[in-house]
Amino acid sequence: MATETLTLGKALNTGLRRALENDPKVVIMGEDVGKLGGVFRITDGLQKDFGDQRVIDTPLAESGIIGTAVGLAIRGYRPVCEIQFDGFVYPAYDQIVSQVAKMHYRSRGKLNIPMVIRIPFGGGIGAVEHHSESPEAYFAHTAGLKVVSCANPQDAYVMIQQAVASDDPIVFLEPKRRYWEKGQVDLDAPLSEAYPLHSARVVRSGSHVTLLAYGPMVRTCLDAATAAAEDGRELEVIDLRTLSPLDLGVVYESVRRTGRAVVVHEAPSNVGLGAEIAARITEECFYSLESPVLRVAGFDTPYPAARVEEDYLPDLDRVLDAVDRSFGW
Amino acid sequence: MAKGDPGAGPRGRRAAPRSRKAATGDPELVQLLTPEGARVDSVTGPDGVEYRVDFTDEEYRGLYRDLVLVRKLDAEATALQRQGELGIWASLLGQEAAQVGSGRALRTQDMAFPTYREHGVLYCRGIDPIMPLSLFRGVDQGGWDPNEFKFNMYTIVIGAQTLHATGYAMGVAMDGKTGTDDGEAVIAYFGDGATSQGDVNESFVWAGVFNAPLVFFCQNNQYAISEPLERQTRIPLYRRAAGFGFPGIRVDGNDVLATYAVTRHALDNARHGQGPSLIEAYTYRMGAHTTSDDPTRYRIASEVEAWQAKDPIARVKAFLEREQIADAGFFTEVDEQARREAVDLRERVLAMPDPEPTTLFEHVYPNGSPLLDEQRAEFSRYLESFEGSAH
Repeated sequence: MATETLTLGKALNTGLRRALENDPKVVIMGEDVGKLGGVFRITDGLQKDFGDQRVIDTPLAESGIIGTAVGLAIRGYRPVCEIQFDGFVYPAYDQIVSQVAKMHYRSRGKLNIPMVIRIPFGGGIGAVEHHSESPEAYFAHTAGLKVVSCANPQDAYVMIQQAVASDDPIVFLEPKRRYWEKGQVDLDAPLSEAYPLHSARVVRSGSHVTLLAYGPMVRTCLDAATAAAEDGRELEVIDLRTLSPLDLGVVYESVRRTGRAVVVHEAPSNVGLGAEIAARITEECFYSLESPVLRVAGFDTPYPAARVEEDYLPDLDRVLDAVDRSFGW
Repeated sequence: MAKGDPGAGPRGRRAAPRSRKAATGDPELVQLLTPEGARVDSVTGPDGVEYRVDFTDEEYRGLYRDLVLVRKLDAEATALQRQGELGIWASLLGQEAAQVGSGRALRTQDMAFPTYREHGVLYCRGIDPIMPLSLFRGVDQGGWDPNEFKFNMYTIVIGAQTLHATGYAMGVAMDGKTGTDDGEAVIAYFGDGATSQGDVNESFVWAGVFNAPLVFFCQNNQYAISEPLERQTRIPLYRRAAGFGFPGIRVDGNDVLATYAVTRHALDNARHGQGPSLIEAYTYRMGAHTTSDDPTRYRIASEVEAWQAKDPIARVKAFLEREQIADAGFFTEVDEQARREAVDLRERVLAMPDPEPTTLFEHVYPNGSPLLDEQRAEFSRYLESFEGSAH
């Protein structure tokens, strides 16, 4: 078993390399993905090894990246598009929600758009405006798209390959502030067995409260669980991994056992994923709940200036505060 | 582009028009058949290319038949909408020559990316004309197979398909399917209004940069719903191509021969690896944008009358008569065929069943979705709860 210690970013890079090797129809496209290897170096070295027809540096036009990828997909290619930062996806929004998401439906299944839209998302890196947003709810709300987010190097390596191999159009959210976190990666991990792409996973077991998170907030919740354990509270942490469709079986099972749930995400709480998850838990687990499902989220403001982003972002203390409130009900 | 700015033209036309008159009046056109039906053997376009067609009598008659059929089927669809059988219809009336000329210039292997008005091109691609009616009737969203017919789905969002065409054309080049006589080319249809869209300008950038085997075919029908051409541009649209680094040419869009010749030339350039070009088919939408608008609110009768004199079908008929390529019996026979096909279309539209309710859940995802499956099952149970009731 080939296991290596990789950063999440390098795990994505290795997964993309595998995807390019495994299928000649896979093409990577985006701004600066070639010689530069992407602004986060996620595509580092790929153009050098696979050529500029497989790893395509594009003009600076997000709608163009997605729209031409649609045409390539119709032609039989499997485009993996990089949107440089979350806040830059909006010029491509129309192509994503009106074209990518709906082509299979509109053609009654005659066209597939097997496309991955990679978006480094979320804050915590001290960036200027438009570089730290969490746009997942826009995409999770759109039928025809699937939305996933990885939270650790092993998942990054496996999920990106699963996403590329899938015929569904997938918005792939990469927790950019976790790009440099290291973990063990089994390079021979099977792609479809233990954890299929659209599955949530219990990443820490506990019996008192269920914490639900994805992407960058999984690490925050794990840290909160470690801290809570010192006070004798056992928090269960679920990495949702898939935001659309949500894998709710794991969630319901956990909440029925713990009786308490806290959803944590960076995106603003208003009409965010947390609202959907809380509503579903309430519908399905009403008689098991000891307290209302609580949300810890970004505030309902635009993403703020970097010097106050630590105040905006959910952190360990805000998660623990919500746990306290859950018990105080 | 041997002669420099093609927009200036060899005869020194005036520069950027500021007034409506300048934008729409006396355009420099490639024309092979005058409005009176007089044939021009060949014409050298402002791009220095000599345009000509060399059709047999049978082919000339075939083009006429196409034009008449397409107009008749379109008229039938408009009537069906007026009678409440279609939710809406986007008529091509007046644009038959632009569509049949470019559609017939396509080879089997070429791929077309239409808007929602390309019923004439669709007809030329061999697709059953009932297909777009099912879209506008609301029983599906356009059910033909884009790969089988090499004609993509209609695209409602203005200009979005030009990027799809560009990506597809990049794929053609990446597949090594250009550079020979049997190479593939791609054509993207859009209107004058679409030229204001970001996607169209992005597709110009991309097609140029990647030398995509693509023909941008703009049917300038002078209006984007009610907005006239001068709300979209202050220069003739074909001149924009120069700014993106590829040739642009304006053709008489009401002249099926010139449209064919210009499109065929551009497609052949593309298939031989010479990259994209822009054709502005200068034409006129004789009817409304769709059956939902009222063109008398935004344009004057004399303008419509002036364009009636340039009718794309009348001039072919005059030519066929003048050259004795067709006799009265032929014209009667074509009219009769058109009538029969229209009746057939009407009968089939009226017989078209509504889809089963649960089909609305089909084909959302190639791999399905458990949440959607759940919703579908719940909806089925709900529907079944009405069984036996009066509902």
